[in-house]
Amino acid sequence: MHELGIAESALELALTQAHSAGASRVLRIVIRVGALSGVDAEALRFAFTVILPGTAAEGATLQIDPVAAIAYCPACQKDFFPDTDHFFECPTCGQLCATVKQGRELDLVRLEML
Amino acid sequence: MPNKKPERSRAGAPARSGVILVDVRDPADTPPTPPGDPLPGTVRTIDLQVRLLDENDRRAAENRTFLQQRGIRALNFVSSPGAGKTTLLERTLDALAGEVRCAVLVGDLETDNDARRLRREGLPVAQITTGGTCHLDASMVARGLAALSLGEVRLLFVENVGNLVCPASFDLGENRRITLLSCTEGEDKPLKYPPIFTSAHAVIVNKIDVAAVLGFDRAVALTNIRRVAPQAEIFELSARTGEGFDRWLAYLRALL
Ligand SMILES: Nc1nc2c(ncn2[C@@H]2O[C@H](COP(=O)(O)OP(=O)(O)O)[C@@H](O)[C@H]2O)c(=O)[nH]1
Ligand SMILES: [Mg+2]
Ligand SMILES: [Zn+2]
Repeated sequence: MHELGIAESALELALTQAHSAGASRVLRIVIRVGALSGVDAEALRFAFTVILPGTAAEGATLQIDPVAAIAYCPACQKDFFPDTDHFFECPTCGQLCATVKQGRELDLVRLEML
Repeated sequence: MPNKKPERSRAGAPARSGVILVDVRDPADTPPTPPGDPLPGTVRTIDLQVRLLDENDRRAAENRTFLQQRGIRALNFVSSPGAGKTTLLERTLDALAGEVRCAVLVGDLETDNDARRLRREGLPVAQITTGGTCHLDASMVARGLAALSLGEVRLLFVENVGNLVCPASFDLGENRRITLLSCTEGEDKPLKYPPIFTSAHAVIVNKIDVAAVLGFDRAVALTNIRRVAPQAEIFELSARTGEGFDRWLAYLRALL
């Protein structure tokens, strides 16, 4: 599972930021996870329960903000919500040329700390 | 409200209670604020908005520049375990021997079996043991590159860890991403794992020597690949028998 690696780099970043802000404790970590990011939210949550103990973020709340996938059909000039089985198929014209507009996000959004 | 806790003071100074307390604790050892509800007004928020893969993308860009400066073209091979990456590379290396100087980086969880299979006279090969990490990332590849002697090398083949999910998110600095699908895996793999196909420059349908026996429906497989990866060139071949290899080798030569 690569969620562990993702969680480790997010935590490292969070602790560095909290430290340089002079915080002693991280209370909340907010992460944005797109539906097409390749990251499973539950696996990410589990990874955090493994790595938080013993750090300044021990006991912190992990908030995962999901982002839905949105695709765009250049022919129809329209956005649509793709379903996973017909990823690039425009529901209006049936073409397979759609591009992903949203859903690949994997961001450390915000920290709350003491 | 009497405070029963003895007051701390600077070293040796008498506290009001008359008891002398010497605080020799290292400030770094001071225990963190205990868990529990924070006092109102003490919580601070910082907005970061950092992409977690930024660091990998930055290093991948460094790899790309490094390779470009040496005139090396790099290909990243991804697939499920057992789809035939190592077999494909073995045959490819043999076919290009004496014509194009190649180098190989192999990512594997624990063993160096693949690297040993790929050893050839005069071919720089390095094994990257990820120790459980299910994909290669750009910094691993940078370390692999540093371990190879790359003089005269024109083509670098990177065999990623067998996994259809994670490698899709990690740019290594390659020029071409090649996704393999073997006939034994079924025609619907591209629909189940779109990102690894969507991000591919080429898709290789491997093991076509056994397609008929397996009842593998080529037309359905090709339709599914085109559906999620309309940009990708598709090669149908057998890494075992060499069928379909001419077009694949022509594709590699055209990269140079
Ligand atoms: N029938 C057949 N078997 C193949 C072909 N390519 C690879 N294999 C077999 O599939 C198995 C896994 O191949 P390997 O190259 O190790 O896959 P990797 O895990 O992707 O590197 C081995 O037993 C290979 O001999 C092929 O084109 N046809
Ligand atoms: Mg292999
Ligand atoms: Zn359309």
